Order: sequence, then structure tokens, then C-alpha cells
Amino acid sequence: MRVVEVPASLDYRNVETIYKSAPLDEPGPVLFDARRLHWTDPNGIAALLSAGRAVRESGGSPPKLSPPTDSKTASYLDRMGFFRAAAEVFAPPLPGPQRAPRSESPVLLEVTPVASHGDVHTVVDRVQARAGAILSRTLGYPRSAVVQFSVMLSEVCQNIVEHAEAPGWVAAQSYNWTKRLGRRVVVIAVSDLGRGFRASLHDEHSERFGDRWNDATALEAAFLMGLTRFPDTGRGQGIQQIRKQVGRWDGLFSVRSGTARIADSPSWSSAPPLQEGLAPFPGAQINIVLPEHRPADRTA
Amino acid sequence: MISPIRIDVCALARRAPASGRPHLVTRPTGRAVRKAIEGRLAAPPVGPAAGSPVRSSASAALVSLVDFTRVHVMDFSCADEVVAKLLLRYLGPNRPRNAFFLFRAVAEAHRHALKEVLGRQGLAAVCDVGDGRFQLLGRASPGEREAWGALERRRRMGPGDAATALGSEGARRMHGLAKRRLVYVDAGGAVSALSAFAANGDGRP
Repeated sequence: MRVVEVPASLDYRNVETIYKSAPLDEPGPVLFDARRLHWTDPNGIAALLSAGRAVRESGGSPPKLSPPTDSKTASYLDRMGFFRAAAEVFAPPLPGPQRAPRSESPVLLEVTPVASHGDVHTVVDRVQARAGAILSRTLGYPRSAVVQFSVMLSEVCQNIVEHAEAPGWVAAQSYNWTKRLGRRVVVIAVSDLGRGFRASLHDEHSERFGDRWNDATALEAAFLMGLTRFPDTGRGQGIQQIRKQVGRWDGLFSVRSGTARIADSPSWSSAPPLQEGLAPFPGAQINIVLPEHRPADRTA
Repeated sequence: MISPIRIDVCALARRAPASGRPHLVTRPTGRAVRKAIEGRLAAPPVGPAAGSPVRSSASAALVSLVDFTRVHVMDFSCADEVVAKLLLRYLGPNRPRNAFFLFRAVAEAHRHALKEVLGRQGLAAVCDVGDGRFQLLGRASPGEREAWGALERRRRMGPGDAATALGSEGARRMHGLAKRRLVYVDAGGAVSALSAFAANGDGRP
């Protein structure tokens, strides 16, 4: 059995370890060993689900998952809806619900499947109901930010429905990054196992790039130039508008697809603007980190 | 006489397939709302103006008051469908109806999306932004904005008034605004701000 070792800490900075070690071209049983996991974020959660599904789709049988032994981590994953989503990916048995759902969950957005435009409406409904307090009281954003935040999630989820042509997940949560950044943040992760940016844009745009056409140039085309596979000039605004809004909030925005990752990286982040030669992985993975605003910060 | 027709976007969004909510999100919802608006414009005028002596032929002018009251969230896909594509359809010579558009209850949260989608398509739109204030959102030259603002303050200018108010370029600028369907010119050559029709609601500027 191939074993994918899940590190003790898994977040947007080291999710590559999961993508790299997921055996996508080797048949046979696979175990994701998450027993040591003590800390994760929506990107780590999305990476585990995506890697598990990719293994399942490539090998034909569901991989196994050893859940975290740390009860707090397991409880957190439960609150985030991870085990509910994991039941569709990993082989049983998986931990059942550890507590009854609370009417007022501290989670900003549990792991939510996105496969249709109706799911996008569900995401917006949930965020509208919960995000206001977190964004205004916790992160110091203006009250109107909840609308902009909802629009951002709507656009990023529509990217799955309209371009990936395969289902995906979205999740969001706020954290106190006292040691890392000295302030609170909201982390949003979106992941799908669809055809990725390169394949999505290939028919319409690959010719103009000639030999340079690859995962990185495809990401640059969508991320920097706003190109889309649709000839309609009204299309292709989603990623551009997310970039603008995340930039106004001094946030980090990155998109990984195929073997490359492109990012708008603020001064507080060390994320490089472009990475190439990453481990091949299907679909696209989007990461957004929004930091708390303080009075000295520029206004949104 | 120009007939106003009121369109409740929130109600249309709630009836859109896969929506049922007051939020204007996703392109299919936007497309469904736009089609519903076009359907309303194709039908004879009803509602408050029904008792007015309106003309129901396709050539009769009407002002469509597209009302965003109770719409909390509007994403870029919906803004493109409900506003930009709607305007594009009625801008050219092959428009299905002699319709003008005024967007009402355009909250601050909506304005950014509207500006972006209008600018991307080279369009502008007259918007009621609350408290009795109207703005020209989207792409317009400084001269167009000056002319539109002057008309907005007066609500109506008779033939020749534009040159008096705006100088030698006034008439040309007003003609440009009329061509972009951002003002209404009646058969006698008088120019009216679209906001005048929203204020009166009886078809008289």
C-alpha cells in the first residue's frame, strides 16, 4: 500500500507536499495518513479532498484515510464539514459527526461542494448570513465588505462551474495569525479536479503563444490578461475583479493549475509571483488570504 | 409623452431558475432576469402608467425604471447580463423597442460592479443612487459628463438651450448623449433628463 504522509501542519504554504506525494499514475491501494495532523487551514482541507479524489479517479478505488489522533484537530475538521465531504472521497470507515451542528457555527464557510450554479447561490446565502460579523468585528472591514466578499466567492465558485467542467469545493475560515503576521486573517480555498486553465483556454488562445503555451502561460493569460475561452467581451472579469478586490484588502491571491502557480503577493507574503515545474495535478486550486485591517491601514 | 415602466429586479431574481433568492449572482440568473426584463418591454405597458394615453407600438418610446431595491448582492456576471447586455441590446438600430433605461436604487455595493461592466463594454447608464441623486456610471467623456450634469440640474432643455448653457459644443454633446440613449429628445427637439421620468412617473418630464 502506498502511504501519503500528511504533515503535522498543513496549510497553503506546504500543500505541495500532498500534491507531490499523491500517487496518481500508480494503481493499488493508497492510504492518506493524517494521524499526526495538528493544524490545517481550508487549503490543507481542500488539498486532502482533492488528492483523495484524484487518487480515486486515477486508480478506480477509494483511498483510505487515517484521521488525526488529536481530538481538537479532529473536532475542527468535523466542524469544517471535512468528514462529511470526505465520505464521498475516502473509503469507510471515517469518523462520524462528533457533535450536533450548532445553529451559530464559528466557521465562516464549511467545506461546500460546488458543482452547479445553484451551489454558488448556496455559498452566497451562507456567507451573507455569517460573514458580516467576522469581517466587520474581527477583521475591521467596513460593513459593506460582506457584499464584496460574497461577490468574490460567487465569482471564484463560478470559475469551477463554467471553466473546470467538474465539481469542486470551497471553504473559508478566520484565524489569528499572531506569530506569523500579528493579526487575524480570513483564508479561502477553492479546489476542483476539472480540466485546468491550460485545457480551458487551449482552443481559443494557445496559438498566439506558440511554443510558449504551457500551464504557466495559460495562468498568465487568465490571471494577468483576463483571457477566457468565451469570445464574449463581457466574460473573463471574475479573476480580474477578485485580483482588484483582494489587492484593496492587501491580501494574497494565488491560482495553481497543472504544474504552475501564479500569485498576487502582498508585502507581508513571501509567495513568489510565478512558480513553474510543480508536481502535475489536475484542475485548479485557488487560495485567498485576507488580513485584518487596523486603523493605520489604508481604507478599503 | 414617454411611458415609464417599473421593473422589480428582486422579484424577477426570485423567480429565476436555480435562484429563488434576492441575490443577483451567477450568469444564468442574470440571463434569466435580463430575458424577463426584455419580456416586460415586449408586452404592452401596464401598471401605474396603464391609464395614461400611451402608444404601444414598438416605435413608441418608453423609459424602463429597472429597480434594484432589496437586491443585496450583485456579482459581475449578473451586472454584465442585467445591465450591460440589456443596454447593448437596445442601443443599436435593430433594437426591439424604443426603450430608455434608468437604473434605480443602485446602492454603493452595486456601483463598483456596474462601473466595471459598463466600462468594459464602453457603455454608460443613468443611475438613481439614492437620496434623489442621479449619477452617470460607466464610460463617458468629460464633455459628455458636463452636458449630462447640466441637463440633470435643469431636467429639461428646449431647442437651443444646450448651446446657451454649454457653449458652442453644447448641441453636439447633447446629440451624442441622445445617440447613446442617456437623454431623451422629443419630436420638438426638447431634451429631457431620464431622471425626470423617474421623478414624475406619469410619462411627463
